[in-house]
Amino acid sequence: MPHDGSGPTTRANWSPYDNNGGTVLAVAGEDYVVCAADTRMSTGYNILTRDYKKIDQMSDKCVLASAGFMADAVTLKKTLKARCTTYEFQNDKPMGCVSFAQMLSNTLYYRRFFPYYTFNIVAGLDAEGKGAVFTYDAVGSYERTNYSCQGSGQGLIMPVLDNQLKTVSPLVLPAQSSATPLSESEAVDLVKDCFATAGERDIYTGDTVEIWIINKDGVRKEYQELKLD
Amino acid sequence: MALLASGNVSAAYIPDRDERGGFNFDNVARNEMMSQNGLKFKAAMKTGTTITGVCFKGGVVLGADTRSTNGETVADKNCEKIHYIAPNIYCCGAGTAADTEAVTGMIASALELHRLATKRKSRVVTALTMLKSHLFKYQGHVGAALVLGGVDINGPHLFSVHPHGSSDSLPFATMGSGSLAAMAVFEADFKEDMTEEEAKEIVARSIRAGIFNDLGSGSNVDLCVITADKVDYLRNYECPNERTYVRSKGYDFPPGTTVLNRRNFMTATAATLPVNQIVDIIDGAPEDVASGDAMQTD
Repeated sequence: MPHDGSGPTTRANWSPYDNNGGTVLAVAGEDYVVCAADTRMSTGYNILTRDYKKIDQMSDKCVLASAGFMADAVTLKKTLKARCTTYEFQNDKPMGCVSFAQMLSNTLYYRRFFPYYTFNIVAGLDAEGKGAVFTYDAVGSYERTNYSCQGSGQGLIMPVLDNQLKTVSPLVLPAQSSATPLSESEAVDLVKDCFATAGERDIYTGDTVEIWIINKDGVRKEYQELKLD
Repeated sequence: MALLASGNVSAAYIPDRDERGGFNFDNVARNEMMSQNGLKFKAAMKTGTTITGVCFKGGVVLGADTRSTNGETVADKNCEKIHYIAPNIYCCGAGTAADTEAVTGMIASALELHRLATKRKSRVVTALTMLKSHLFKYQGHVGAALVLGGVDINGPHLFSVHPHGSSDSLPFATMGSGSLAAMAVFEADFKEDMTEEEAKEIVARSIRAGIFNDLGSGSNVDLCVITADKVDYLRNYECPNERTYVRSKGYDFPPGTTVLNRRNFMTATAATLPVNQIVDIIDGAPEDVASGDAMQTD
């Protein structure tokens, strides 16, 4: 092939992205928030590890759960944690959940044309101590919700959450709380069942669910075994 | 197709139909045009699979997982991948589910006719030759990857067959997306002339290697043990993937969950219903059905 540019050109079909699967989920209550993720990381038909923690604590009452491309998730979380630390030194207080949510959106949109291929959920308690869930797309569009699910099991779990935790319309009078009607233990029970169900039908969800529960007493973790196949 | 009958060409022979074989290609040109114009066709269901087999002293053991997948979702959690070929021959199938089922079914029925014509037990090489010539004829478009095993007059036999029609005669064989995980088990621990129990153990272990390490394989282990004097089809020999959690609260919806917008009662009379339906109602329920009282509405 002559190197004078006259021959046909071929494009490298290498991609900088991969999808490592996995499901993340969060439910906000009146005075608690539950955030959960399975611990399987895979590529194609291979399991890379059965013990990968997709949820990281970003500040004292705020966690970030990421699905999608784990190399991007690691880089993103490293950046965000560094910013949280800097914020704490400069302001002499940990970054609040709502501020963190905005910062994540800015960080994602900064990479608008070479995005972090991550699907994020921020879970924490807001300034009044109410449960808060923020859900994102890969380029920083976000919204505060009462519950959310992202990743490979999203299509299986989200309809169940819609059915079990349906939000009251903001137009209803008198105004009603939009927090889920479930108690903390009922929410954890539902979350475990959602993952067990997704694990039955989604090949990328399995191994273990890690569940973070944040309330006024602090942060607590629970684990539930899933199927290993 | 009817070449088994003899060389006699009957009056009903229609060259255009009979020489074309079992498949209908009428839509090929049309479909090609449609896909060139941007239509996306749905992919056929593939059984991302682990199937294995091993020869032991006096017989063969075949094994398979029971997951059937459609992309990243599980289509069937407990499907059967070990197919009947003859009383002394079975065949594990991986690849396009429709092809493995059709091709094993075709060969099973052709062999049944062959046995009736020859009055002899089928041989594994006969099944192998019929399978591979069919697969070769279709140049890989019949997407069946097989592990064929059985015991005949010449003893135990095990073959693997690839979708293009090539085959191998082997002491142990693996196929499907979990074939590498399963082969690792055989390469580590295979011995010549194992006992039946040893053979069952290593095949079950090779299938488990696929179930746990290959995402295309999962759920249960099926085995099939074939010896000269018996066949043990061990469906769900192991079930190592029971559900791990069930919600204590359940998902019962109280009556009235679905909002009732409108209701309309009709009185059933001989004039409004056909005779056979009136008979059903009288048989099935007491008289208050007719007045509408028994119907739950909220």
